[in-house]
Amino acid sequence: MIAEFGQYALILAFTLSLAQSVLPMIGAQRGIRPWMAFARPGAFAQLGFVGFAFLALVACFVRSDFSVAAVYHYSHSQQPLIYKIAATWGNHEGSLLLWVLILAVFGALVALFGENLPPRLKARALSVQGMISFAFLAFMLFTSNPFDRLSPVPFEGEELNPLLQDPGLALHPPMLYLGYVGFSMTFSFAVAALIEGRVDSAWARWVRPWTLLAWTTLTAGIFLGAHWAYYELGWGGWWTWDPVENASFMPWLIGTALLHCQTVVEKRDALKAWTILLAIIAFGFSLLGTFLVRSGVITSVHAFAQDPARGLFILVILAAALGGSFALFAWRAPSLNPGGLFAPISRESALVLNNLFLAAGTGAVLIGTLYPLALSVITGGSVSVGAPWYIATFVPLMVPMVLLMAIGPLLGWKRGDLPGALQRLAVAGALALLAAGYTFSRETGGSVLAPLGVALGVWLFLGTLVEWTERVKLFRAKPRENWNRARHLPRAAYGMTFAHLGLAIAIVGMTGSSAWKSESVKAMQFGDTVTMGDFTYRFDGIAAVKGVNYLAERATLSVTRDGKPYTVLHPERRRYAVQAMSTSEAAIESSGRGDIYAVIGDRAGPRSWTVRIYHQPLVPWIWLGGLLMALGGVVSLSDRRYRVGVPNRLPIGQVTGA
Amino acid sequence: MSLRRLLYALPILLLALFAWLAWRGLAPDRDPAALASALIGKPVPQFELPPLDPAAEKLATKDLAGHVTVINFFASWCAPCKAEHPLLFQIGKDYGVAVYGIALQDQTADTRRYIREMGSPYTKIGLDQNGRVAIDFGVAGVPETFVLDRNGVVRYRLSQPLSAGLIAGEIDPLLRRLAE
Repeated sequence: MIAEFGQYALILAFTLSLAQSVLPMIGAQRGIRPWMAFARPGAFAQLGFVGFAFLALVACFVRSDFSVAAVYHYSHSQQPLIYKIAATWGNHEGSLLLWVLILAVFGALVALFGENLPPRLKARALSVQGMISFAFLAFMLFTSNPFDRLSPVPFEGEELNPLLQDPGLALHPPMLYLGYVGFSMTFSFAVAALIEGRVDSAWARWVRPWTLLAWTTLTAGIFLGAHWAYYELGWGGWWTWDPVENASFMPWLIGTALLHCQTVVEKRDALKAWTILLAIIAFGFSLLGTFLVRSGVITSVHAFAQDPARGLFILVILAAALGGSFALFAWRAPSLNPGGLFAPISRESALVLNNLFLAAGTGAVLIGTLYPLALSVITGGSVSVGAPWYIATFVPLMVPMVLLMAIGPLLGWKRGDLPGALQRLAVAGALALLAAGYTFSRETGGSVLAPLGVALGVWLFLGTLVEWTERVKLFRAKPRENWNRARHLPRAAYGMTFAHLGLAIAIVGMTGSSAWKSESVKAMQFGDTVTMGDFTYRFDGIAAVKGVNYLAERATLSVTRDGKPYTVLHPERRRYAVQAMSTSEAAIESSGRGDIYAVIGDRAGPRSWTVRIYHQPLVPWIWLGGLLMALGGVVSLSDRRYRVGVPNRLPIGQVTGA
Repeated sequence: MSLRRLLYALPILLLALFAWLAWRGLAPDRDPAALASALIGKPVPQFELPPLDPAAEKLATKDLAGHVTVINFFASWCAPCKAEHPLLFQIGKDYGVAVYGIALQDQTADTRRYIREMGSPYTKIGLDQNGRVAIDFGVAGVPETFVLDRNGVVRYRLSQPLSAGLIAGEIDPLLRRLAE
């Protein structure tokens, strides 16, 4: 029965979303207040129905109700409880339901906290949100119903793919979806503003929390995914420029650009059309990602079951959402009043450049992602685009952007003092060059990009610190004043500082791990040793271990460093009986210098196993950097100036945020 | 329309281009996982394989000259091969082409039992026990089927089991064309 209740709730949500897309929009157009007011309870009821349906599906999974097709295909009675729950969104149908749930949560949040929004804008934004819900609920009900029943009822399920039975994977999709769907909110606000024909600083301030929330969760989701790939897939890498990874990276790049140019709208009332365009495109890329993953149009390791009928449905949604909003843009955007003027050297110009680099970088990634599709459609040929393309196109665009990232925040609004800014960055520049020289001298045959990457990281890190010391007048005022200033800096300013520091650390980590990774693959017998750098690994033995739904071979590798005991590693190879599939569990020992990383492979002989050992310099820095970036987002989000519903804002003169 | 207006309409034009691409990409006959064989349009690799029946002749490249042939890689341990087996009889009968079988990485006794139970649709069978010839053909797994023209040039590769639909849609037109 639970499944049927869930099904009814979905159908109710579907019809409700239709009402919500139509009534408030017409109400706002004609000035009919009760119709506009429908948006608020409508959004709450939407959340109620979709939330109920989602819980119903979770309940089906927890109770292992194999009469529900999704449960049969992706769960098993012996699966641990947490993975029964995670399996709810580990498949196409369930993940769509999660997507729609998050959409409803965002709608309800706007309805809840949007009390100070102008009623028309709110009604229109919620109506657009309703249209998106309507499209996705229709997609779910007509092509991918999560509550489809099976008859006869199977006795046992087929189990979730063992690779997905991992805590990282329980968290990664919800985070990513919060990001993807978060951009639906900025999209709805952008479309509402276009219909209204008005974009101003107030608008930018209302939209900013949603952009920040989407950006923060997307950042966290991408780093979680990279981390999962790193420790679970056992090949020692964390990013492959796979089409689906790119699909999450492109909205992130555009979202980052959006976050920065919104501040220009907010502070200086300029760049309005461009901001609106970015808000539309950010969500457009979320839809593109959905299309790529679920349509089967491109081959990827991440893709769901491939079905052209579903692909066509999403393509229609994508074309309607973007076609409609781009048409509206072409019609209304030219009449948006251009705002404040600014000199060629100013904070605004720096942000415009930042946007240009980010947009061009997104273009490079987009071309690399779609080129195989275009080639196969136009000429029938097949080709795959790999890392060399992205290193040749994307990386060179990011180098000047990172250089600029340290300078931009030191420039004033309207008119900046470039020589002054560079003077204050002289020490940072000198140390960055020194770091590059040191890296170059230490390096033996690595990539020439390595000294560059290290220098950029150091430059950005120090440059960001310089900006902070400027703000608190460190060394130029009494410690008491320093402390007061540090305490009263806006949270948004700290958000920027954290996020930029995080990126600096991550850049060094990415550079180190791609330039100096070393690897040894050997068939080892008990007692054999391998030496890599300062470390010696001795293969002590294999034990059989029984897990809840798998059998594992667990190896013991004793690690010594310069002859002294360092650690003991236990890489595992798990065999999941139901899916007849093996997964490898890497054993990783982290330190500030990097990871040592061991994986065991198949039995190579009667008493020998293939053992792969990687040295992964600086990889933990990537995760630390990602964490700091996401933290920056959270801190910035907590800035009370952006809290929707705060009635008395600070006077304009005191607003100094990033 | 002024230039400025045109600039604002650029996003929708780019979207139209993408939508067209994606729509074409969704065409049901396009399989993004399909890789055209590098061998297509090239002469078949040189090979010589021991026969299944010790008394028979070897299966070699020279057997393929002068007539249209179908080469089928199979193995007794491969379930999809069993599924497509009856269709191989049909191809041989309907089109009058020579169908050659190559048993991939299989024990001779197992292959023999398989052929005894299932019957032989093959004009000749070669044993590729170490998979050397399969590598030259670029075979990814069994079953795989190749169609060669009279001059021994590879014209078609199928890296999945045969089905009635595939025969009607792809192999039938090709064999008719080659027969002319």
